[in-house]
Amino acid sequence: MRNRTWAIRAVIWVVALVPAGLLLVAYLRDQLGANPIEEVVHRLGWWALVLLLTSLAITPLRRITGWNRIVRYRRLVGLFAFAYATAHLLAYVVLDQWFAWGFIAEDIAERPFILAGFSAWLLLLPLALTSTRGWIRRLGRRWGALHRLAYAAAALGTLHFFWRVKADTREPIVFVLLLAMLLLLRTPLVNRKLAERRRRRAENRNGGHRSARRSDDRIPAPDL
Amino acid sequence: MVWIRRIQEPRDNEITPYGTWLNRRHFIGRSAKAAVASALVPGLLSACDAEQGSAATPAAGPQEAPEGPSQDRDWASVRSELDEPLNSWEDVTTYNNFYEFGVGKDDPAKNAQSLRSRPWSISIEGEVGKPGVYDLEDFLKPHLVEDRVYRLRCVEAWSMVIPWRGVPLRDVIRRVEPTSNARFVELTTLLDEEQMPGQRRRVLDWPYVEALRLDEALHPLALLATGVYGRDLPNQNGAPMRLVVPWKYGFKSVKSIVKIRLLDTMPRTTWAASAPREYGFYANVNPSVDHPRWTQARERRLGEFRRRPTAMFNGYEDEVSSLYSGMDLRQNF
Repeated sequence: MRNRTWAIRAVIWVVALVPAGLLLVAYLRDQLGANPIEEVVHRLGWWALVLLLTSLAITPLRRITGWNRIVRYRRLVGLFAFAYATAHLLAYVVLDQWFAWGFIAEDIAERPFILAGFSAWLLLLPLALTSTRGWIRRLGRRWGALHRLAYAAAALGTLHFFWRVKADTREPIVFVLLLAMLLLLRTPLVNRKLAERRRRRAENRNGGHRSARRSDDRIPAPDL
Repeated sequence: MVWIRRIQEPRDNEITPYGTWLNRRHFIGRSAKAAVASALVPGLLSACDAEQGSAATPAAGPQEAPEGPSQDRDWASVRSELDEPLNSWEDVTTYNNFYEFGVGKDDPAKNAQSLRSRPWSISIEGEVGKPGVYDLEDFLKPHLVEDRVYRLRCVEAWSMVIPWRGVPLRDVIRRVEPTSNARFVELTTLLDEEQMPGQRRRVLDWPYVEALRLDEALHPLALLATGVYGRDLPNQNGAPMRLVVPWKYGFKSVKSIVKIRLLDTMPRTTWAASAPREYGFYANVNPSVDHPRWTQARERRLGEFRRRPTAMFNGYEDEVSSLYSGMDLRQNF
């Protein structure tokens, strides 16, 4: 089991780092088209959003599949989402604006789409900082409540993407739908149904005995 | 006229002497295209002499896409009147906003091969003395083509410097004899899903329509471009003929034009109708009027790292500001 956990972690590391690696190589080899800076900023933001939604999909996946241990990987995916969001922000500040703080401040204050993106990053910051074992222990039940901010961050990030595009909203709409689905899976009604279904399955398997599996993920798994 | 005097000022030895700009050539169609020695507006295009197209290289085949700048000129030494270097052929032909072929910047270069830019008909309609449908080459034959280096400033805050080839819009408009009612010039892109697959999705209200006030259209800087870098326009750049209005944001410069209509009232234009809060009819480059979602005070010149300040009317203020005297440009953005 331990080996498998490590293997899956390794896969996540590789999968999460590959887009950044490819982007770096393409940037250095000047293969990002006529406006490489825009491409770098855009792709980093895109991956941040994909990873953030992936991390939010882990709890629903756990409920649907009953694969409880999947929650062990949530923190890693979430931290990679934060890493990409940070790289996205840095690419904007350094490559796109070259530390033009006046313009950056004006952007944040006056452009709703930049404000939305920046707020999303700000919301992720405390989540990344409190992702250590020590903070999980210290915060106890409040940790779960705090980390539901990830949904707000994902909503703001999606809005940021939606507001950025000029006319073709197809791709942002896919993100909106994914996010809506994830939120729907969190509603009490759906939760109850999923819990019932899992209980029934477990009872069938155990010959009528109630499953010992927990359905409450608000208490973080011990190895988070 | 002031603007001509300014741009005729020679900059160095290489500059074509005063008067060469009259050396414009007649548009003589594609077959003999390479023999069209570029006509020059000195200063706007400061390199090379326009003397007779004898040094011309063979023209590309009829359906062959041009693969690079023409060979008859040292493009590397060409500068804008502000001494800016040109953006590369690759920049100009691979980074395009032409939603008729997809919304990605590289989509037009990938998808525009489906456009059949010859033969091409152009329809002249509305408040004109000489309406009609013309074959494009016949239509342009009486006109003089010129090479002009212009800055192109996109509303998305990036810019390029591009050596266009084309016919002044005003020459064409005068030839079709606007009536006394004519106050606006409307230009329309081809509508054809087969040739323009991007039109299958209603990203915009097709066909793409743009327009100018008649006095703007008659301004000598407004160009109907048929070429770039000494070549026929590649499809992704709006073949066979597009508008270029260098003091306005790029979206005003409608591509692959099939119809020119003169009107007595302001027509509905595509982007202004799509997002009226964000895109106005005038769309003059103006660093002090921001787009609601981003600043227009600065721009990224493709190929440069740091953003540069955006100039009023994209640097053509001396030439065009009189068109707008007394107008509130914040209101009429």
